[in-house]
This record gives sequence, C-alpha cells and structure tokens, in this order.
Amino acid sequence: MNLLRMSAVPILEQLYLEERLLRTSVDNWCIVNDRTSRPTIVMGISGFTGGGTVIVDDGTVFVSFICNKNAIPGLQPYPHPIMSWTGQLYSEVLQGFGDFHLRENDYAFNSHKFGGNAQSIIKERWIHHTSFLWDYDIKNMEYLKHPTRAPKYRSARPHVDFLCRMKDYVPSKSTFIERTIKSVGNYFLVKPFGLDDITTEPSCTLPHSTKLLTRQELEDAYSSQSAQQSSENYGHQHTLPQLRSSCLPDEKKKIVCHPTKQLLEKETAGSMIVSDSSGAVVCSF
Amino acid sequence: MALKLWASSAANALRISCSGARTPFPAFSISRCFSSVIDGLKYTSSHEWVKHEGSVATIGITDHAQGHLGEVVFVELPESGVAVAKGGSFGAVESVKATSDVNSPVSGEVIEVNPKLTETPGLINSSPYEDGWMIKVKPSDPSELNSLMGSKEYTKLCEEEDAH
Repeated sequence: MNLLRMSAVPILEQLYLEERLLRTSVDNWCIVNDRTSRPTIVMGISGFTGGGTVIVDDGTVFVSFICNKNAIPGLQPYPHPIMSWTGQLYSEVLQGFGDFHLRENDYAFNSHKFGGNAQSIIKERWIHHTSFLWDYDIKNMEYLKHPTRAPKYRSARPHVDFLCRMKDYVPSKSTFIERTIKSVGNYFLVKPFGLDDITTEPSCTLPHSTKLLTRQELEDAYSSQSAQQSSENYGHQHTLPQLRSSCLPDEKKKIVCHPTKQLLEKETAGSMIVSDSSGAVVCSF
Repeated sequence: MALKLWASSAANALRISCSGARTPFPAFSISRCFSSVIDGLKYTSSHEWVKHEGSVATIGITDHAQGHLGEVVFVELPESGVAVAKGGSFGAVESVKATSDVNSPVSGEVIEVNPKLTETPGLINSSPYEDGWMIKVKPSDPSELNSLMGSKEYTKLCEEEDAH
C-alpha cells in the first residue's frame, strides 16, 4: 500500500487526487492529510461518496483508503464490510485512548462521534474516506442544522452533545497518525510516497465529480428556486437535488464551497439555507 | 429483505472490542444466500441483471446487490441516447454512506431511463427486478449476452461471496 502523507492540502485538491487515484491507479493507497487549508463546506454526496454535510477546517484530519477489491482477504467490496474493517483498524489505533466504537457509520468514543465516513465503490476498487474531528470550532458547528436523516444513536442530540474532539482523548495528532500508519502495516506492506512522486498528467481527461461552487452559482440557485417556493418559517429550504439541478446540470457532482470568515459569521435574513436529506448548511451571503 | 435486515443489524450491533491480538478479518456468520434470483434473466459478476426482450435489454441491480448496499437514497442515471459499453459504468447508486457504480452488462444505446427512480430511489430496494429497473438499452451486439451468467450460476456466486 502506498502511503501518501500531506499537510494543509485543501480538501478540494485532496478529493480530486483521490478520485484520480481511485479511477486510474492500480495500487492500494492510504492518504493522510493533516488538516485542510481553509474552512470548507462539503455538501452532499452524489457521485463520489455517501454522507451528509460537513464543515471541515484546520482541526480536521483526513485519512482515506483506496483499495483493490481483493486487497483484503475475505473482505467483500460493500459498504458494511468495508466500514467494519476500518472499524477494526481504528480500534487497534485507538486502543487505550478511549472507549472506541463503530456506531452505524461513525467512529465514536462511547456515543460521541469524532469521525465521519464516506465511500465510493467502483467495479474493481473502493475508497473509504474519513474526516476526523481532531478539533473543531463551535461557531462553525452552529451553522449546521440538525439533520433530518440522522443515525439512531444520535438520539436527537444537538451537535455539541453528539460530537467530541479527538484531542481530548489522544495526546497528539502525530500519535494518532503514527499509530494509524503502524496499524495499516499490520495489513499491508507500506511504501511511503510524496505528493511530488505522483506525476500530474497535463491532459487528464477524467471529469471531476467534485465542484467548487461559486457565490454567483449559489445566488443564482437561490433566486431560481425562491421564486417557486413559499418560505417556511425557518427560512427558504432548498433540497440538494434542486441545487444540483440548477447549478450542475447533467453531471454528478459533490459540492464544495469556500465561505469566507465574514460569510460564516454573518447571520442575516439574506442567508440561504441549503439542505439535503442528511442535513443542512447555511451558506450566507 | 432478510439480507438487508442482516446488513443493518450487523452495522448497528457491531462493537469492536480493543484487544491486543491481531485477529484475521472476521467473517460474518451467514452461510447461504437469502436474496432472490430470477430465472430467465442474465447476470454479471458485479451484480447487475439484464432482461433481453426483442431489441430491448432492461437493466438493473440484483436483490443481492441492493441488500448489501443498504437503503438507496439517490440514483444517478444517464440520459437517453447515451452509449454504454459492456462492463463500463453507466451510473451510480447512492446509499446512506456510499455510492456504488453500476455497470452495463451489454454495449448499446440507452433508449429509456426509469423516471420513477428520481422521486423514489427506494424502488431499487423494494423491487430490484421490476419497478426498480434502471435503464433500457438497445444492444449493439446481442451475442454479448451469451457470456453472462444464468440464474443457477449467479446464485452460486452469491452463495460463495456470502460464505466468506
């Protein structure tokens, strides 16, 4: 397994890279990105991975596994077996630091989530992508509304009671990362790779399934939808498929947008609430 | 479906204990295929089915596949007129935490796409062989169907996979 360690690579760039490796490489990969460079809202999840809406920032650590379907003996390339295998791996990593559990599709200490997962399975390969909450800014979390589709173990808890920070359990990020790499070594022969080692093909024709939404696109989507919808008492709600269809016709996309600090802090009637079946995020403008 | 219930209960009940020993990856204790397989259809090793009637091939994913994927929340489908290639991806099925490519058993041109799946993607779970059909294709080379599996062979594949 090729081990690619990165730091402060923007999540958008990471997602592009992962998609390329998933679809064009024949090797197994473990990608570790110690934080993303700017706060980013990653919404829904069609065409790449499952999951809901998250805000990722420099307190997030990302670990992804890209594997051939026969990479792990006895492992069937379906969501639950893959999730279970990663659960086993991380239980080894986090042994002694907390009461680790795989809760439905999340990683938790007791019943407090610290890691969210998403997967994409193609014919001969799969990717399992985890966002670990090493730390998070409570202000960012407050922008995420309570999701309509939530795991049962959440029991309607608000974000602050549902989530926890890994840094409260594990001594340092490097401890976690080093232990993860060591645990991966129990299953694979690990070969370190640098970002520079991955040659970028100048004429890559692989279409991206992740798109960075511009403010204009968000505003246009809001304008086109609000003319048709009556407002709810909590503001205008747009489903993710509607946003997809208005912003991103005919293509499968995961939507990423980069709100500025000012936008995140702004709470005015001009806010647009975009929701999907898994949750909602406020994109303020 | 029994397989779907197993999948979701396994996911909910999993408690990975922190043990020092590195055990081999544990196999689930299911030893036979509970999913349904329909006679008269052809199957791929990636768990798609195809029904060939005249010049139309109807394609979907099998009961085994939908059970393993879990509740389908979104389906990505091509437009009519798009060309598909045998073994190539034509769309994707998205469940709660995963999206999975769906591959075409035959080459040809998409002539119809199931319009119900936009509003009701769960038809793939509840009726994978009927209301949950995904696309209809005009095959460019009907002889490609000959290399696909029949129901007996496919049933055996499912049993072998689930025995792991």
